[in-house]
Amino acid sequence: MSARETILKRLRERADGPLSAPESDFAVATNRGWSVEERLARFERLISSVHGEVLHLERDDWTQGLAQLLADKGVRHLALGKEHPVAVDARRALADSGIEMVDVDRDIEAWQREQFEQVDAGLTSTRGGIAETGSLWLWPTSDEPRLISLVPSIHIAVLDADALEDTFFDVVEAHGWAERMPTNALLISGPSKTADIEQTLAYGVHGPRELVVLVRHAGAPAGEKA
Amino acid sequence: MSVQTPGVYTYSPREFHRQAHDALGNPQIRANFRKAMDGLMTKRRDSFGDWDLEALRELGANIRLRALAKLPDLLEQLEANCKANGIRVHWAEDGDQACRIIREICQSHDARSVVKGKSMVSEEMHLNAHLEEVGIEALESDLGEYLVQLNEQTPSHIIMPAIHLNTDEISEILHDKTGIERSRDVDYMTAAARSQLRERFMAADVGVSGVNFAVAETGSLCLVENEGNGRMTTTVPPVHVAVTGIEKVVEHLRDVPPLYSLLTRSATGQHVTTYFNMISSPRKAGEHDGPKEVHLVLVDNGRSNIYQDDELLDTLRCIRCGACMNHCPVYTRVGGHTYGTTYPGPIGSILSPHLMGLEETKDLPTASSLCGACGEVCPVKIPIPDLLVRLRRESVGEGRGNVPGAGVKRTRKEAAAWKGFQWLATHPAIWRSGTAVAGKLKVLAPSRLGVWTEYRSAPKPAGTTLHALVKRHQASKAHEEER
Repeated sequence: MSARETILKRLRERADGPLSAPESDFAVATNRGWSVEERLARFERLISSVHGEVLHLERDDWTQGLAQLLADKGVRHLALGKEHPVAVDARRALADSGIEMVDVDRDIEAWQREQFEQVDAGLTSTRGGIAETGSLWLWPTSDEPRLISLVPSIHIAVLDADALEDTFFDVVEAHGWAERMPTNALLISGPSKTADIEQTLAYGVHGPRELVVLVRHAGAPAGEKA
Repeated sequence: MSVQTPGVYTYSPREFHRQAHDALGNPQIRANFRKAMDGLMTKRRDSFGDWDLEALRELGANIRLRALAKLPDLLEQLEANCKANGIRVHWAEDGDQACRIIREICQSHDARSVVKGKSMVSEEMHLNAHLEEVGIEALESDLGEYLVQLNEQTPSHIIMPAIHLNTDEISEILHDKTGIERSRDVDYMTAAARSQLRERFMAADVGVSGVNFAVAETGSLCLVENEGNGRMTTTVPPVHVAVTGIEKVVEHLRDVPPLYSLLTRSATGQHVTTYFNMISSPRKAGEHDGPKEVHLVLVDNGRSNIYQDDELLDTLRCIRCGACMNHCPVYTRVGGHTYGTTYPGPIGSILSPHLMGLEETKDLPTASSLCGACGEVCPVKIPIPDLLVRLRRESVGEGRGNVPGAGVKRTRKEAAAWKGFQWLATHPAIWRSGTAVAGKLKVLAPSRLGVWTEYRSAPKPAGTTLHALVKRHQASKAHEEER
């Protein structure tokens, strides 16, 4: 008998007899009922508490904010996609900035060391955000592969304010994740960190040292309205 | 200063008492654990502030119970969905078989270098040593695991492997083993480890990781982490091997968010970790990164045995958060290595006897004051104190005999003594006259009772029995009322 058959047989022929499965009540994981403002405030508070930076920008000219950010951080080499509207906008706006646009639509084998050693920042879109935990959700694609949110020292993520939802459970349910899981689905909630040295927090242990979330608002940024 | 921490393999659960004695006499160990556990307990409490914790624990326990109730079906469903997604699935009855499977995967790719994300199952089956025997280097990439490996130790905590080391000790290890400057600057040390490990990620032939939750419904492997080494391990090398115990499967994707909430808050008091990494397939055509091959190794190693027994089954609900050790007064004082097992603390004391047998681990179920803290904080409501008592019964042959090595602690003398006590206590007349005689003869009571009196004074029978005292008291009260 194979290991598989042996294990399954042992489980099926359980000495104390079959078990009955309880029903689950998921109410505690959903129904937060937050307003748009509450969601945004909560998202910002939580992601800031773990060292994430949040910038509020107007949707129409968000790339100005991006350009300013890149200048402030001294970014010379920016990895980004080509097809996603975020990448298209960014490439257009940064064309004359002197910043090198690093193409990521290449198999990693061809440029692994370049990505690890020469890219200062990765720019990605996000699919949405989670207010309860201050998280971004990303489904990397061939246009925006997995490693550009991990390898460069700075990860810049673009989030539309109206794509914030209350809880992880809500996101999984509302967007039918179970029917269409991608190769890799990610929640990102801050820059890489560790507390393995005597519980002292340090950032950027393996992944990005900085995570900057550019929150795009349809009208004037909420922060300025207040 | 020098780091005088004994090497890994000197710790054994057989030597629990000696090791506990040594740890208690080591002020460094005691200070390191006390400080860390105090911090973790406070953080956990704060992180559940705005939650209905009891409702969430109820749901967590319920999800795990449902998964266990359907375990064989869910494992088959997981396998079918993983296969459909292109993930290759392997089954292993024990640790050795799992090691062989992983070694063969490595050898089929001529792998010389393996980089590892944190995996307690791989510790349980001693994967690193197994790979090293055939000339494959296995490097831990979680910072804590990396430090512990550099220091030739094993983890002392399932979530914070290097919690037994303080900053000075870590500075010394990194200086000795990697040649960086001695420094108390945590950012400097972290940056040094980052650049050392980045080279290794790029060079690794295979990445080996654990799994926090395996989702049957979608064939997805979920990994929880803060550092990003898990994502590196599962994305950079051309081959990814995930290894997990068969109990880690859950039925639906919607089961995952509540368990994830419970896990991070219970473990470190974080409302969320930096990364939640869900892997459902190898690199697809047209994608530009990620491993081209993904394997899942399902390891039994004693779990299907635990599964047979209605009471012991609860052990398998565990989501490996470590809250039970963080809150354990024994763990906090003796530290993780003292247990001499892969899983220390209360969960280790109820799990290890199944993995290693009670002959090896007979002292672990008694390494508890039964204060109940572990059961109270467990996010999936495992009745750990009850299970400790059950294993104590098993170890003296008073259980159902469902644990390997059951009865190992049974002695004829002790069994007879309890039998005698039981007989006395259920025969009131003889009990009463017996206790009265004992009271009269109290000068003859022994003052030394083996280990018991090493730190305690021996009990002396009272001159007058409680029964007699109560009777006298009631009589005098009745007398007063009459007057």
